[in-house]
Amino acid sequence: MITIGTDGSKDITTPLSDADVESLKAGDRVRITGVLYTARDAAHGRLMPLIERGEKLPIDVRGQIIYYTGPSPARPGEIVGSIGPTTASRMDKYTPALLKLGLKGTIGKGYRGQAVKDALKQHKGVYFGAIGGAGAVLSRFVKKLEIVAHADLGTEAIRRLEVENFPAIVVNDCHGNDLYQEGMKAYAR
Amino acid sequence: MREIHVSAITDAVKKLCIDANLDLEPDMLRAFDRALATERSPAGKQVLQILKDNAQMARTKLIPYCQDTGFAVCFVELGQDVRITGGPLADAINAGVGQGYTEGYLRASIARSPFDRVNTGDNTPAVIHMDVVPGATLKLMVMAKGGGCENRSKYKMLTPADGPEGVKDWILECIKTAGPDACPPLIAGVGVGGTFEKAAILSKRALFREIGSPNPDPALDAIEKEVLERANRLGIGPQGYGGDTTAFAIHILTYPCHITSLPVAVTIECHAHRHKEATL
Repeated sequence: MITIGTDGSKDITTPLSDADVESLKAGDRVRITGVLYTARDAAHGRLMPLIERGEKLPIDVRGQIIYYTGPSPARPGEIVGSIGPTTASRMDKYTPALLKLGLKGTIGKGYRGQAVKDALKQHKGVYFGAIGGAGAVLSRFVKKLEIVAHADLGTEAIRRLEVENFPAIVVNDCHGNDLYQEGMKAYAR
Repeated sequence: MREIHVSAITDAVKKLCIDANLDLEPDMLRAFDRALATERSPAGKQVLQILKDNAQMARTKLIPYCQDTGFAVCFVELGQDVRITGGPLADAINAGVGQGYTEGYLRASIARSPFDRVNTGDNTPAVIHMDVVPGATLKLMVMAKGGGCENRSKYKMLTPADGPEGVKDWILECIKTAGPDACPPLIAGVGVGGTFEKAAILSKRALFREIGSPNPDPALDAIEKEVLERANRLGIGPQGYGGDTTAFAIHILTYPCHITSLPVAVTIECHAHRHKEATL
């Protein structure tokens, strides 16, 4: 579900529907409340063979958002340590297959490849940017964390986060727009 | 001959690793302020403000500035009148890294082999660059080097005919292709000259210079300023959302080179520029 806040930011509550995704445009500032699943290189490496064999995944990705991150350990009494995004393009190899299964969003930083952009259009998905290197600030939006799969991977395990008002920006929407290209064009001198 | 026991080295490295990840150096905070004064993009300004807040939160709440707490890259300047006692120097440094990353709640990000990808669990080993220098002190310079920006570092062997213009274009090309992937605003550490490996090591070493300080060589300083100005006209901006602040600094170190060669290595560093030094 998406509503528009008084400051112009869009408030997103997970899970996301196709209509939600279609209403998002590159450059939109969003605040996400609900569930995010964390997965990065090693976790995607474990999911892929399951997808190829048509087996059940440890998480139901339909309508969900995957956050590309490997948090630092929590101090005693804290929910999580630092938790900013990692470079998304390393997951490009895996993303179209997950979008095909119904994944609606990914959060990371940096460029996506053309195959991912095409898959966002085809399967109605969105790629959000979170501020890379702002892991301390971003940790404050995480209200709950549990490891749901592949605990042996340590920081790379799949975690289920409950977040409130997690700030992000739409980088690639399902209409083919790209914030990085538009932003660069607007400010190149 | 002055003696330094390995336990002092381990303790120092441990502290440097923790402090680097929690306490961004003042030159970076000043760079954020300078950029906030000139950045035209509202999204870019917002990013810079959040990064300032992030630095403050890291320091006060003891949460690492970035979740990628880096590869511990350690430059060591060992005075030749120092004798290390109690064990091997490299073991002492690695023990300090292991203790710092474990006790400091820093992320373990090192795979024991590039092929089996099993995490070593305590962020060891460090990458150690050792120089023997005159004197009776031991200088330890530790950088927590992020992987996202390191992945965009590049090397090119230019020809002598390419000259300074070729070097400038190549640095710019590296910044441009790094783009949003490497968490701009960026710092480019540049090693020019020497051999393949010498240029790469210089490009890392160059990052320890204070941000905003001039290169002591006026000719290099002019190149740095020109490339920085051109980088900030690319439009990439903070986080790549568009803007005027794509890079904070270009730092160049040079070394004599072979008459056939013009090696140029560029280490791309993100705004999470975390480094600390200590002298024993």
